[in-house]
Amino acid sequence: MIRKSFLSLMGLLATGAAQADWALNMPRGVTELSAETYDLHMMVFWWCVAIGIVVFGVMIISLIKHRKSKGATPATFTHSMTAEIVWTAIPVVILLIMAVPAAETMVKLEDSRDPDISIVVTAYQWKWHYKYQDEDIAFYSSLARPSMDARRKQSGVDPNAVDNYLLDVDRPVVVPKGAKVRLLLTSNDVVHSWWVPDLAIKKDAVPGIVNETWFRAEETGTYRGQCAELCGKDHGYMPIVVEVVEPDAYQAWVDTRKNGDVAVANAAK
Amino acid sequence: MTTHSEDHYYVPHGSHWPVVGSVGLLFLMVGVSSWLNGAGAGFYIMLTGVAVLVFMITGWFAEVIRESQKGLYNDQVDKSFRQGMFWFIFSEVMFFAAFFGALFYARNMSVPWLGGDSNNFFTNLLLWEGYESTWPTDGPGGIGGEYEAMGPFGLPLINTALLLTSSITVTIAHHALLAGKRMRLSIFLAATFVLGFIFVYMQGVEYVEAYQHYNLKLTTGIYGSTFFMLTGFHGMHVTIGAIMLTIIFFRVLKGHFSPDHHFAFEAVAWYWHFVDVVWVGLYVFVYWM
Amino acid sequence: MSSTVADALDHEHDDHGPTKGIGRWLFSTNHKDIGTMYLIFSLTMFFIGGAMAMVIRSELAVPGLQFVHPEFFNSMTTMHALIMVFGAVMPAFVGLANWMIPLMIGAPDMALPRMNNWSFWILPVAFGILLSTLLMPGGAPASGWTMYPPLVLQTGDAFPFLIFSVHLMGISSIMGAINVIVTIINMRAPDMSLLKMPMFVWMWLITAYLLIAVMPVLAGAVTMLLTDQFFGTSFFLAAGGGDPVMFQHIFWFFGHPEVYIMILPAFGVVSEIIPTFSRKKLFGHDSMVYAGSSIAFLSFIVWAHHMFTVGMPLTGQMFFMFATMLIAVPTGVKVFNWVATMWRGAMTFETPMLFSLGFVFLFTIGGFSGLMLAIAPADIQYHDTYFVVAHFHYVLVPGSVFAIMAGAYYWLPKWTGHMYNETLGKAHFWLSTIFVNLTFFPMHFLGLAGMPRRIPDYSTQFADFNTIASIGAFGFGLSQLIFVWIVVTAWRGEKATDRVWEGSHGLEWTVPSPAPWHTFTTPPKARIAQEAFE
Ligand code: HEA
Ligand code: HEA
Ligand code: CUA
Ligand SMILES: [Cu+2]
Repeated sequence: MIRKSFLSLMGLLATGAAQADWALNMPRGVTELSAETYDLHMMVFWWCVAIGIVVFGVMIISLIKHRKSKGATPATFTHSMTAEIVWTAIPVVILLIMAVPAAETMVKLEDSRDPDISIVVTAYQWKWHYKYQDEDIAFYSSLARPSMDARRKQSGVDPNAVDNYLLDVDRPVVVPKGAKVRLLLTSNDVVHSWWVPDLAIKKDAVPGIVNETWFRAEETGTYRGQCAELCGKDHGYMPIVVEVVEPDAYQAWVDTRKNGDVAVANAAK
Repeated sequence: MTTHSEDHYYVPHGSHWPVVGSVGLLFLMVGVSSWLNGAGAGFYIMLTGVAVLVFMITGWFAEVIRESQKGLYNDQVDKSFRQGMFWFIFSEVMFFAAFFGALFYARNMSVPWLGGDSNNFFTNLLLWEGYESTWPTDGPGGIGGEYEAMGPFGLPLINTALLLTSSITVTIAHHALLAGKRMRLSIFLAATFVLGFIFVYMQGVEYVEAYQHYNLKLTTGIYGSTFFMLTGFHGMHVTIGAIMLTIIFFRVLKGHFSPDHHFAFEAVAWYWHFVDVVWVGLYVFVYWM
Repeated sequence: MSSTVADALDHEHDDHGPTKGIGRWLFSTNHKDIGTMYLIFSLTMFFIGGAMAMVIRSELAVPGLQFVHPEFFNSMTTMHALIMVFGAVMPAFVGLANWMIPLMIGAPDMALPRMNNWSFWILPVAFGILLSTLLMPGGAPASGWTMYPPLVLQTGDAFPFLIFSVHLMGISSIMGAINVIVTIINMRAPDMSLLKMPMFVWMWLITAYLLIAVMPVLAGAVTMLLTDQFFGTSFFLAAGGGDPVMFQHIFWFFGHPEVYIMILPAFGVVSEIIPTFSRKKLFGHDSMVYAGSSIAFLSFIVWAHHMFTVGMPLTGQMFFMFATMLIAVPTGVKVFNWVATMWRGAMTFETPMLFSLGFVFLFTIGGFSGLMLAIAPADIQYHDTYFVVAHFHYVLVPGSVFAIMAGAYYWLPKWTGHMYNETLGKAHFWLSTIFVNLTFFPMHFLGLAGMPRRIPDYSTQFADFNTIASIGAFGFGLSQLIFVWIVVTAWRGEKATDRVWEGSHGLEWTVPSPAPWHTFTTPPKARIAQEAFE
């Protein structure tokens, strides 16, 4: 059992080191803070592994050596002040080592001042509504049609045959690379949560309250996420897709959006 | 059971009251639930449950009182009862703590946040523009409409005086019991529960006042919610306490309780003090501050 | 040794045995009978909750929706958790407390035996009501066991039934806790000072305090849900000046201590078993007590680590992050003390010991993932994913449940007077351990790779690990049938001695096996007690 869980643990390490493209580990993501979060995660993980090796090591040694069948006779010691102090103090030190960078990252995560773009995100059961604060752009974003068809109970469609099954939407959010994007999250009904792992952002959308969060994507690409707070029957079916594009492509998108698509979006209400 | 020796524990024989109580709870809970869901029969099921529970409580307590009068309980049992009562009251304190917690949270967190405090600038700007945080409040949505708040003077102050006095009278009664002065005991005990019932009555008057003249209702936003839930649960406890005091009073008349053996009296007295302390908290945080 | 007690039992023992028939159980005031009922009830609930877990794992075995509708899936998740937490794990520990605390401290029974009966008999009512919601219009509650508003307010007819069944569970737990406290404080053998108490008793004392402190808070929280729904209050409604997040604060003020309510008695059980099979006294008895108390204290100031994504102000996040991390210290003390107890002992590996060792290993792994979750920025990634599911199943299944199993095997001979089948017991342990890891370890990967919890269907990239987890879950579930078989056949095994285990110490091993219906009708005399503490 021990060995088994250890092996799996080692498996996690190995892939962690191999940059995790086989989705075993947390993604490193595409923002400065997602990388920091990833590093924190790995740091704490390695500490746990180290402590685990020591604790389990000692335990395994005594399991092997101090067994009755090996003729061991029990010692009679019952306490040791020194030992108690040592194993209280060392964990405290380790925790401090973890706490400092964690606090630093935390502070940065909360600093959503001076954004380049602000988007008001309103959650609905079960879709997202995005409104770009400075542009005249607003639209709903819900699960894409192919997934929609395949997701029904015994739909007969093989999910493997659907591209990005359950992780695709009809209208993605588009943002420019390198811009600081602030999200202002709220909800129209129950609590939802906006989560894109590659951006290392997860923030609840609470009805009646506006929460702030932000990200600055450093690489172009399509990043997928999901609603992360149970919000009723279709909680599993309200994905999020963020397209990070070059700034001029973004501008082009803004221009087309402003003209035609808004009407389409509103009609979809 | 023939056990009344000091190093012999008393273990009661089986009892059917707990199971009766569970049946009562079943009817009560199912009844209330279906009633809330709009099923008319629920109300009667609920009443059945209440009846069974009342039957259970009287039966159970009567049995305990009988045993106690027979002298079956030694000091250890007495101690168990006391400690049990103490921790029961502690659990009640924690129940109130949940509602006081809600009050503090609303006053110091959610209402200021809705007004744009802390990290909620945009909450105010985007959703509740123009809302300024104050207390009392029925929220940015103005739930429940125009209302007037309940001030600390007038009825609430009288009620405070009533309860504080009753706490004193019950203490005097206790001392009288210890000193074996039965007449004094019954008089002050009677005074206590009478004060208690007057308190409940006044609270009723206050509620009528609030609903009819102040338009202050349970539905008046967070202020109405905390106001009525806190005072309401407190009032319920006063009622229960006053009923228990009345029962104790009749037991005193029947000659129960001796200076060194009167757990039930003390338990009810503790309960009464608890109710009193909660009121002081209420008066300060709900009416006054 | 035991003859002293037997003598004491024969003398001045003017009581009759148990009454015959159903009345023995319905009206019981006997801590052993009530303990037995608690344990049977708990096992039943474990199977019902487990069956629901099997529904969950079946649906999740492969991508696509095969068996149930999403709403029903959510009901299964919700009911599974409520039943496992309040119906299986908590009552199991109360059952062990009922059976063992009086025996361990030399008391004839629980301090308030009639109330004890009521504590138990409220449970079938509570869970009867809860289970009946499966048949109601609108279905069973589907808002997760955390019952967050406003979602929970969308529950159909089941809503008030959910609230009231939670109230009943609370009442039952509070009465049980009061009983435990009073028994421990007031009924100990005359020369058993507090610090001489067995560790199981100690941990239960602390647990009982946690229970009376937080169950009423849960009752308050669900009461507010009820009035918000039916009487127009605005506790969790921003328009009225309340806040949906307020519920989360109140709930987790209960909820976090609640998870320690499920683990402290487990610590107690394991702290009894490891010394026995190491043939060595528990290392650092007193520091174990202090560590347990520190955990209990800290548990009240960490609740918002479940809420790092709700938009708390920064200072709040910092505070809760640091406080949570601190809990690793006293918990570490416990783990280290267990290891030190084994160190240079003379160990044997009977089933209770195996389960305890499994506990120490796997609980620690669960604790490590807990520590990772405590790191707020990282938790923003972990939160509401299968990483969390992996964490808490590690501390709950090979944690609490293994400890319950360990305790059951350890004391079964004392209860039945017969030895259980050791070979089958070992098989039960090894199968459980293999499958429990197979079930829950891959969930770490799923969570890190981005699979949210509480979803009935998932993207195809998560398929492999989900299939493995489902296979593991079925294996684990089936392995539990061995346990039932072992318990049922335990009455046919070889006669157990009074002491049962070579290395056991404590008053419970001074009474005959099976423990007679009445024990310690007079307080054990100093001599007996003394021997037990050696
Ligand atoms: C028995 C139950 C139990 C126990 C004991 C724990 C123990 C701990 N838990 Fe867990 N937890 C749950 C049950 C439990 N938890 C449940 C049910 C949930 C989810 C609820 C829900 O959302 O539905 C949850 C969720 C949960 C979260 C929220 C996750 C999220 O939703 O985002 C967090 C975050 O901090 C957390 C942290 C911890 C920590 C720090 C401990 C610590 O107590 C662990 C301490 C132990 C160790 C660390 C190992 C041993 C120590 C050493 C060997 C010493 C040296 C170690 C170091 C210095 C690292 N838990
Ligand atoms: C003490 C608590 C406890 C215990 C013991 C368990 C035990 C198990 N849990 Fe539990 N679980 C929770 C507490 C617990 N869980 C909580 C609090 C949640 C969160 C809920 C929420 O999100 O609101 C949760 C959620 C949860 C999920 C996530 C659901 C979701 O997010 O949608 C899953 C998924 O795999 C799961 C699986 C299991 C499994 C496979 C077991 C197994 O260990 C069960 C094994 C037992 C049996 C199987 C029964 C015995 C055997 C038989 C009946 C014989 C027949 C068996 C077969 C036919 C195979 N649990
Ligand atoms: Cu929206 Cu979950
Ligand atoms: Cu917690």
